[in-house]
Amino acid sequence: MIIAEQKPLAEIAESVQDVAKVLVVGCGGCVTVCLSGGENEAEVLASALRIKRGIDGIAGEVGQVTVERQCDPEYVAKLDTAVDGIDAVVSLACGVGVQFLAERYSKTVVVPAQNTKFAGGTVEHGVWEERCGLCGECVLAATGGICPIIRCSKSLLNGPCGGSAQGYCEVGKDIPCAWVMIYERLKKLGREASLCEIAAVKDWSKSRDGGPRKIVREDLRL
Amino acid sequence: MSECMTESRLEKLFAAGEFVVTSEIGPLKSASAHNIIKHTEETKQYCHGFNLTDNQSAIVRLSSIAAAVHVLQHGGNPIMQMTCRDRNRLAMQSDLLGAYSLGVRNVLCLSGDHQSFGNHPTAKNVYDIDSIQLIAMVKKMRDEKKMLSGEEMKIEPRFYIGAVANPFGDPIELRVMRLAKKVRAGAQFIQTQAIFDVEKFSHWMELVCAAGIDGQVNIMAGVLPIKSVRALTYMKENVAGMSIPDVLIERMRNAENQQAEGIAITVEIIQQLRQIKGIKGVHIMPVAWESVLPEIVSKAGLLPREKAAE
Repeated sequence: MIIAEQKPLAEIAESVQDVAKVLVVGCGGCVTVCLSGGENEAEVLASALRIKRGIDGIAGEVGQVTVERQCDPEYVAKLDTAVDGIDAVVSLACGVGVQFLAERYSKTVVVPAQNTKFAGGTVEHGVWEERCGLCGECVLAATGGICPIIRCSKSLLNGPCGGSAQGYCEVGKDIPCAWVMIYERLKKLGREASLCEIAAVKDWSKSRDGGPRKIVREDLRL
Repeated sequence: MSECMTESRLEKLFAAGEFVVTSEIGPLKSASAHNIIKHTEETKQYCHGFNLTDNQSAIVRLSSIAAAVHVLQHGGNPIMQMTCRDRNRLAMQSDLLGAYSLGVRNVLCLSGDHQSFGNHPTAKNVYDIDSIQLIAMVKKMRDEKKMLSGEEMKIEPRFYIGAVANPFGDPIELRVMRLAKKVRAGAQFIQTQAIFDVEKFSHWMELVCAAGIDGQVNIMAGVLPIKSVRALTYMKENVAGMSIPDVLIERMRNAENQQAEGIAITVEIIQQLRQIKGIKGVHIMPVAWESVLPEIVSKAGLLPREKAAE
């Protein structure tokens, strides 16, 4: 899922300080699961904004609503009534949701309440880690199911750099070296000899380097 | 390996069976090459070549290409370092063509320290290709006269290709595997991480020799002259992938003259390394202490340098 982290209240408040009617919109997708932008967080943020704007002497209202997914026009459309007459929408979705709202409500200011961080998962309660670099051409079959693109700080494709020590990355002692993990895993599978092969250069045009990406499935189009 | 593929003096020296000595100059964080010129002029008789670091420790410095040209202009033999951190495949190939056109004949391919260590930690890192892919790319340009994309070129850059190895990285089998891969990709000489733990290094070299790698590449053992016990302790605590025995730290601490003891230790290490099977040279890295090179080379019995270095 997409992991997001709420921006500081002061930053969110500042981005809507010049408008009167504000609507906080939560999202029922990834950000609900990672506990940063669902219904509960929308309520808490709306209350916090009301208090802060009260202290700051800003007149107006702050409402809140949560939709099933902000990255789906079908669900976004259900906001039409709620957004009517609103000066600014504060979206608690990831960057995708913010943009879907901005596209639909062209005359309303839409601001993000979150910093969209990464594609990852929950490793323990309250801890999320990045797992996928969204590179567009998955290499996990060759790397024992551990992604070197995003879990190696240098996205190396041919083994660890000289900075890896005792299984950790030179960038931080809390970052396991992806290539040591890959080696250990392949060794358990009896497949470590495959690491002797030189991995070819990556086609980054499949990633964001090729420009904004789009998938069209003719079989699904109406 | 007796037939030379390039005009590199280093390659000729290895082919002639010479025990090769290289050193290193770190360009300044400044638009000035005065340190490069000074060290080249003062110490070129004491080594066969100088590495020119490429934004070492991810700190912006005068470029390794410009530094290499300064070395050339003052009679030295440059080994241009190239990391994968700051440039994509277009910029790297362009710089390789440019450096060769300026007379540079040796390139050392590395990953590069992560930018978080340097003076621009908020920079975007590149790593379009990794160090092994860089080695293969330089070889492809030279041997196939082709760019990475496959497009042909008229005049190819004929570099003598170097790479680095960390004998103290773990797991050790993976490190040997990676070295073999670098050699298969096209590395012709290897400079290792600084060695203080000769015993551990010997074990690594045994594995390297057992895999037959020593016969396929010229391995140069890295040596870093120690100036003080503080410098040594700092390295032990802060530089990833270094092995520094406590006995060396004690020896430095108890020395009356730490600089003299540091030189003595460095000379001893070089003499021990020379005895190890598969070692074809030493790479001396006098970090911020370039002036010590002549004394170390002389005391280690590595003079006079072979004529081919001239």
